[in-house]
Amino acid sequence: MKHLLSIADLSRDEINEILDTAVSMHEVQHRDVKKLPTLRGRTIINFFFEDSTRTRSSFELAGKWLSADTINLTGKGTSVSKGESLRDTVKTIDAMGVDMMIIRHMASGAPAQIAQWTNCSIVNAGDGTHEHPSQALLDAYTMRQRLGDLEGRHVALVGDLTHSRVFRSNVLCLTTLGAKVTLVAPATLMPAGIGAWAQADGIELSHDLDAVLPTVDAVMMLRVQRERMSGGFFPTAREYAVTYGLTKARLGLLPDHAVICHPGPMNRGLEISGDAADAAQSLVLDQVSAGVAIRMSILYHLLSGERSGDQSGEGSAS
Amino acid sequence: MSADDRPTNTSPLLITGADLAGAGAGDLLVVDGRIAAAGADAADQAPEGAQRYHGEGLIALPGLVDLHTHLREPGREDAETIETGSAAAAAGGFTAVLAMANTSPVTDTAENAERIWDLGQRAGYVDVHPVGAVTKALASEELAELGLMARSRARVRVFSDDGKCVHDARVMRRALEYIKSFGGVISQHSQDPTLAGSSACCHEGELSGRLGLPGWPGVAEESIVARDVMLARHTGSRVHVAHVSTAGSVEVLRWAKAQGIDVTAEVTPHHLLLTTDLLSGYDPVFKVNPPLRPQEDVEALREALADGTIDIVATDHAPHVRQDKEHAFVDAAFGMLGLETALSVVSTVMVAQGRMTWADVARTMSTDPARIAQLTDQGQGLTVGAPANITLIDPDRKVVVDAATSQSLSRNNPWHGRELTGGVHLTMLRGRVTAREGLVWGASA
Repeated sequence: MKHLLSIADLSRDEINEILDTAVSMHEVQHRDVKKLPTLRGRTIINFFFEDSTRTRSSFELAGKWLSADTINLTGKGTSVSKGESLRDTVKTIDAMGVDMMIIRHMASGAPAQIAQWTNCSIVNAGDGTHEHPSQALLDAYTMRQRLGDLEGRHVALVGDLTHSRVFRSNVLCLTTLGAKVTLVAPATLMPAGIGAWAQADGIELSHDLDAVLPTVDAVMMLRVQRERMSGGFFPTAREYAVTYGLTKARLGLLPDHAVICHPGPMNRGLEISGDAADAAQSLVLDQVSAGVAIRMSILYHLLSGERSGDQSGEGSAS
Repeated sequence: MSADDRPTNTSPLLITGADLAGAGAGDLLVVDGRIAAAGADAADQAPEGAQRYHGEGLIALPGLVDLHTHLREPGREDAETIETGSAAAAAGGFTAVLAMANTSPVTDTAENAERIWDLGQRAGYVDVHPVGAVTKALASEELAELGLMARSRARVRVFSDDGKCVHDARVMRRALEYIKSFGGVISQHSQDPTLAGSSACCHEGELSGRLGLPGWPGVAEESIVARDVMLARHTGSRVHVAHVSTAGSVEVLRWAKAQGIDVTAEVTPHHLLLTTDLLSGYDPVFKVNPPLRPQEDVEALREALADGTIDIVATDHAPHVRQDKEHAFVDAAFGMLGLETALSVVSTVMVAQGRMTWADVARTMSTDPARIAQLTDQGQGLTVGAPANITLIDPDRKVVVDAATSQSLSRNNPWHGRELTGGVHLTMLRGRVTAREGLVWGASA
């Protein structure tokens, strides 16, 4: 595995391998000295064309804790506005001899295109409204930690599906792991062609959150972007919160063992109430914590898989 | 081809044994730039010393006419010039092209139109007819100088804001009313900008949903086509629908024609063969506007072209320099090359598959485009007295497209590496050979 561009590129075994490795990486995260020599001498560029705090810092920490040299680059605005093609921009960086570029880009597909133009490993850290594979892996990891094997578990993804890269990666990841997935959203926030898509992938669709909640093992609330509210996707924020928000009242509909996830940042009072965000079932902070471990695992599998002998040394995660 | 190999304007030329636009084998005698004789007895009328060109096994068509070409000059001469674009046209079997108005400056005045006309004349490979903009700066607000362009030396008859839709219904109505006095036609880029947002770049459907690409729904085209045919009926004017891409648009056109509404339509070679699933790799070479559609739309377009619901094939040849395509998919430029491959694609998908005859190709790629554009010197068929605009086709030749050999300045060629059946053997403009086997006259052999 050279790149991580889409969850679709991973088999069930590969996903489980990444999740399993993350368990030991997660343990390192709680040590006093959070440093493994695994990627010593490797160079990773965090190339973020779009603003990010948690994902960028999570990848940066993951790289540093594996002893890689990490550099952060930002590409404000599109490459078009800078007057240089995206291909020329990334080839320039690639020519410096880096081992990996972690790409966040506002355009869907940009990491996949960059992988065609460069020699280094490419990790998709979120591309437009396409995918966010490391987020899906950390979500699966977090759910698995609490619920055990996800085979046969029922997960509801709720909210702005159309514009959510988290949803697209999650639905692939969860179905590959054998979970049953239900998508809950107003029709205006379901992606084009979702009917055929759902049929092909065995996904359920619903506009009735109240009917779905009692049946789930996990519910993931997706962020509603403020700018969508004036786009005619739903009448008012109030109507959305009442119809599709995880309100305090709806908490009572969840089975006792069910967990609540949210990829953040949260709009409290819109898609998720403060009560739900802070409830005992909420895994929101667990997700953030798991993010570093998952990203360490991803970097390990992409950059040091062929050098597995390194893992027998001091500080090995295995 | 060297200049010595090239028949001159003044030398009589006898093309022997070619299939004359699907009507059976015959000869064509060309004298003084016109067809002097055609058919079985043409050879008998050949003057002594006439050059002979062996056309056995070839198809002779009237010179191809492209109603929809982007030549990029003025403004983007790094992507294409009138010289290079018209050379590519000749290599592709064309003898006339209509150059779209979305240049910089926009072709929205008589002066700009005449400039393009003059540059086309100077290049000399094909007749270059400027398309005039419908509205100033393609803004869909104020009418461009429609009448002055029509009265200019360029004699503009086709008007289009292509690249953009004349989306304001009132402006479209006024334009249709205005052009009636000089027999113009409006070629509409049918795209409702409120239904297909500014970043729409992929057919809206399951794939756009999965890829996270902004969708361009078929209804954004179909609703404008429906509106425009009703406006054409209301005004009694002519509308031409550019690059039809959906089965829904075909339905509307079929209905409109049954009502006797004066509407014509074109389909591009790429919408006849390529499908939206090619976008799964985010390769911008396949980014076009309107976007590639699913197989069921492609099938509807083929059927509509074959039964005449769609009148003609037009290339939408849209050259771009490398760097304008090497962006993230949503940021990359729309468009692909088409002039040099159009005939081969139509041959492959329509003729070789038995959907159309060569006579149909003559109609859809020469006669009817010329009629729609009201060209007096083109598309007259292989008839005695007509200008000797002739394209010889090798129907069985296997063409493996090599982007590197293009006459265009650009290389955004979606057909690179594909094998197509049928190729252009020779192009002749008013009796003068302009291209042979992809090499234009004056090019190094």
